Amino acid sequence: MKTQAFQKIYTKIDNITKATCTITAEGIGNLEMAFVDNRPAQVVKIFGNKVTLQVFPGTENIATNSEVVFLGRGPTLKVGDELRGRFFDAYGNVIDGGPDIEGEEVEINGPTINPVRRKQPSELIATGIAGIDLNNTLVTGQKIPFFADPDQPFNQVMADVALRAKADLIVLGGMGMSNDDYLYYKAIFDNAGALDRIICFMNTTENPPVERLLIPDMSLTAAEHFAIKHNMKVLVLLTDMTLYADALSIVSNRMDQIPSKDSMPGSLYSDLAKIYEKAAQFPDGGSITIIAVTTLSGGDITHAIPDNTGYITEGQLYLRRDTDIGKVIIDPFRSLSRLKQLVIGKKTRADHPQVMNAAVRLYSDAANAKTKQENGFDLTEYDKRSLNFAKEYSEHLLAIDVNIDIDTMLQIAWQLFAKYFSKDEVGIKQEIVDQFWPQDEQWLDGQAELTKQNS
Amino acid sequence: MSTQGIITGIVANLVLIQVDGPVAQNEICNIDLEGTKLKAEIIKINGDIAYVQVFENTAGLKVGHTASFTGHMLEVTLGPGMLSKRYDGLQNDLELIEGLFLERGSSSPALDENAVWHFHPLAKIGDTVGAADWLGEVKEGWINHKIMVPFKFPGQGTIVSTAAEGEYKARDTMAVIKDSKGVTHNVSMIMTWPVKITPKFYADKPRPSKIFETGVRVIDTLNPMVEGGTGFIPGPFGCGKTVLQHALSKYADADLIIIVACGERANEVVEIFTEFPELDDPRTGRKLMERTIIICNTSNMPVASREASVYTGMTIAEYYRSMGLKVLLLADSTSRWAQALREMSNRMEELPGPDAFPMDLPAIIANFYSRAGYVHLNNGQSGSITFIGTVSPAGGNLKEPVTESTKKAARAFYALSQARADSKRYPAIDPIESYSKYLEYSEVIENMNTTIEAGWIDKVTALKDMLLRGKEVKDQINILGDDGVPVHYHDIFWKSELIDAIILQQDAFDKVDCSTPLSRQKYMAKLVLDICQAKFTFENFEEVTHYFKKMINNLKQMNYQEFDSSSFKKFRQKHDDVLSERKSAS
Ligand SMILES: Nc1ncnc2c1ncn2[C@@H]1O[C@H](COP(=O)(O)OP(=O)(O)OP(=O)(O)O)[C@@H](O)[C@H]1O
Ligand SMILES: [Mg+2]
Repeated sequence: MKTQAFQKIYTKIDNITKATCTITAEGIGNLEMAFVDNRPAQVVKIFGNKVTLQVFPGTENIATNSEVVFLGRGPTLKVGDELRGRFFDAYGNVIDGGPDIEGEEVEINGPTINPVRRKQPSELIATGIAGIDLNNTLVTGQKIPFFADPDQPFNQVMADVALRAKADLIVLGGMGMSNDDYLYYKAIFDNAGALDRIICFMNTTENPPVERLLIPDMSLTAAEHFAIKHNMKVLVLLTDMTLYADALSIVSNRMDQIPSKDSMPGSLYSDLAKIYEKAAQFPDGGSITIIAVTTLSGGDITHAIPDNTGYITEGQLYLRRDTDIGKVIIDPFRSLSRLKQLVIGKKTRADHPQVMNAAVRLYSDAANAKTKQENGFDLTEYDKRSLNFAKEYSEHLLAIDVNIDIDTMLQIAWQLFAKYFSKDEVGIKQEIVDQFWPQDEQWLDGQAELTKQNS
Repeated sequence: MSTQGIITGIVANLVLIQVDGPVAQNEICNIDLEGTKLKAEIIKINGDIAYVQVFENTAGLKVGHTASFTGHMLEVTLGPGMLSKRYDGLQNDLELIEGLFLERGSSSPALDENAVWHFHPLAKIGDTVGAADWLGEVKEGWINHKIMVPFKFPGQGTIVSTAAEGEYKARDTMAVIKDSKGVTHNVSMIMTWPVKITPKFYADKPRPSKIFETGVRVIDTLNPMVEGGTGFIPGPFGCGKTVLQHALSKYADADLIIIVACGERANEVVEIFTEFPELDDPRTGRKLMERTIIICNTSNMPVASREASVYTGMTIAEYYRSMGLKVLLLADSTSRWAQALREMSNRMEELPGPDAFPMDLPAIIANFYSRAGYVHLNNGQSGSITFIGTVSPAGGNLKEPVTESTKKAARAFYALSQARADSKRYPAIDPIESYSKYLEYSEVIENMNTTIEAGWIDKVTALKDMLLRGKEVKDQINILGDDGVPVHYHDIFWKSELIDAIILQQDAFDKVDCSTPLSRQKYMAKLVLDICQAKFTFENFEEVTHYFKKMINNLKQMNYQEFDSSSFKKFRQKHDDVLSERKSAS
């Protein structure tokens, strides 16, 4: 780090805690960046001439005479077209051995989009996964997390979604990611020949946790550049937001703030919202879509982190292992895409909304039947049919290894309805049933489709 | 010269300012950050140090920067031209703020002072008038917007002169009034009022009595809202609070809708921005946007102005109520407002109450809800503010401070249930947990007797009883098995399912089902109740299930048809046939 003329330098630290140090200084701005003994730090509190800095990597071995250099600005990122295909750390420094970025230096954590300038999201994102496209359709400009236990294959699903989504650019923000997963992403993007469409900001488990706090803003600042300047469709992947929130609680705890639920800071909702609300459909065609991962502990979604997330994002996707078919599925019950109604039945076939709802309703009948069965009660003939339906529905539509287009998904659903139920039982609007209920020859085609998929 | 100050401390958006003169609690000041003005509100005073919450991001702010105090609290500007506007929490007109982003320090006027209005006087020279009395009116869209004596006018006064009928700009003098001390006041079409003070310029506030039609069956039929009533919708995330509020804002029978998007998603307001200018308002024949005002302070906008936004919405509602209008105020979500209070109270290191919320949270909430209501104005007319807020309980647990405090303040409780939402039974209002205290008001029962039909309350009670019995037998069936209970248990259960499917469930996204007028609700309620009271003959429970599924499917189709259309009648005919298959002769 080279010091420059306008920078203020101090060599006397008054007070040092685990994460912060306080010095006597004047003319320092709130949230200004600094280096304390060459470690990145940020101003978090000013009282008179006492300035408290949060030292991102921690304060081990910092001495009372260590050098403190103020940069006169908040955290920034150099943005420019060269960001494409590059890998950075949480401060926006290059970590892939390539040349430094020459670009315009912009402050991260930029201002809010004026809500009246936003456009309504309306462009469907097709992923081929029916648990998403059929039941929880995604739309550009949306923000949605996977809620998953740490042992579930969320990284694979997210990588699949990212690569199939036809985004112009993918920004990956890794927070507390294991080095193995980091290499996994790198390899999978490389294999797909997509490296030139990727920008990556990475904080792995080997980096200090507090540094993670910069990752989302770095990623989104880069995303905004491409979405606004180049009208690109940008997909931002943020994983794992639970580890981001953990870092928030570490900081607030060290700052002696009163914790609210689950020892999270009282501002958790606003902190997360500031990130997720950067997802937007811009007026000139560009968009930022955020797909995040929020890991759960023991499936508990009432914990403050998933709970606040759910109140902010536009739905959530749950993964669950279906033991009946031995595969991971997108759980149709708790998963939800709030923006789906903007596209289903409009950008997709008219029967989409009703088919989707009917299938989930019938699947829930099967869940009830299953409970009955487990409690040792006799099953009715209807129960048995619904159980068989559920199994096929799970296998052909909910499983994460499905990769088909939406018309085929609808076709399969109708086939399953006709195979297991009467028209009365599906509870779909009459005119739609009349139009789409499989006739004999369609029935055979559909069966062929199912068999093909099975093999 | 107003009071000036110098910044001495900064933590997030809490700033300490040393002042050189008198300042008041809740006074507004402007901080000068090298040319950018940051608005802030005093929330505590200690000696010559004012603690202010800044309505903007404080990055780059330094000790030594200056502030200048305005001498007044946070105020809104009231006058013609607010309809269809999209304001932020501090009443900046978002449309007028240039650029894609809300740059720090940007602001814009709430009203267009150059607009020309056609004024029609209502008061005469010599009339004795007080605050909120009507001086004249202008046409604002389809509303007769009353030009009133300013709310800040002291006591009673006498009209010295009034403008003649004609075209005027909003700042022109429309009347001159002499107050009791002999001071004359020039009154224009525009006034200001501090949002946190309740303007009580009406004759009295009786108990509300008139049914407020929303078009949502589970509300109107089972737990009605009343004109000037208060209600709240708590529910875990994703259970349908916002969809329900949007339905209310589209179809409720009000003159004016004020929507406060308080700390929620921007895309949800964008939905309103996009749809409302296109949707027709059947009441006025105009577009929905023309009876709507939106206060939009989404979750990524400054936290402190989120707190202000609900007050801004309420004050605008009170202003229009004084014109004798029926106003519906919606706030989504009041929990975000409470959280804003919590963030600030924590930063001030106040002694925290439950879940770290401020100790006085219940009082703050109660005070806010009490500003709604039905009022008799001084001139004998009436106006109302019906207020419905949503609550987002942490972890979906209703035993948390915001829900509990709101439950004490609001009279109707529309609890959304996770289980219903999971099984896509929308709107997910739990029919057993929810209540409307208004059903106990004799005035309301009387009103239903005349506006719906005599003895309506008995039908409501019968439907509710059936739902409760359905739930009880369902529990039995779950324990004992389908075969372990008498067949008539299934009959009861399925009758409650029928009420659920036909009356409770309503598809907010279907063009017909989305809103049901009371007259149609009455028709369906009677139809459903007849079935519930009928006796059927069944051999075994599978017959019951099969039969009721068929009946439900058919009645559902009726819900999707235009009322009394030929297809509606076709399904009605089919229903009568189904009914006669099984119904025992009584
Ligand atoms: N009446 C309804 N008809 C059909 N679908 C509905 C209905 N109500 C809610 N939904 C579905 O549930 C989703 C979530 O609803 P909504 O956004 O209103 O939830 P919410 O309670 O406001 O959640 P949050 O607290 O996170 O804001 C909607 O996007 C929609 O898919
Ligand atoms: Mg909502």
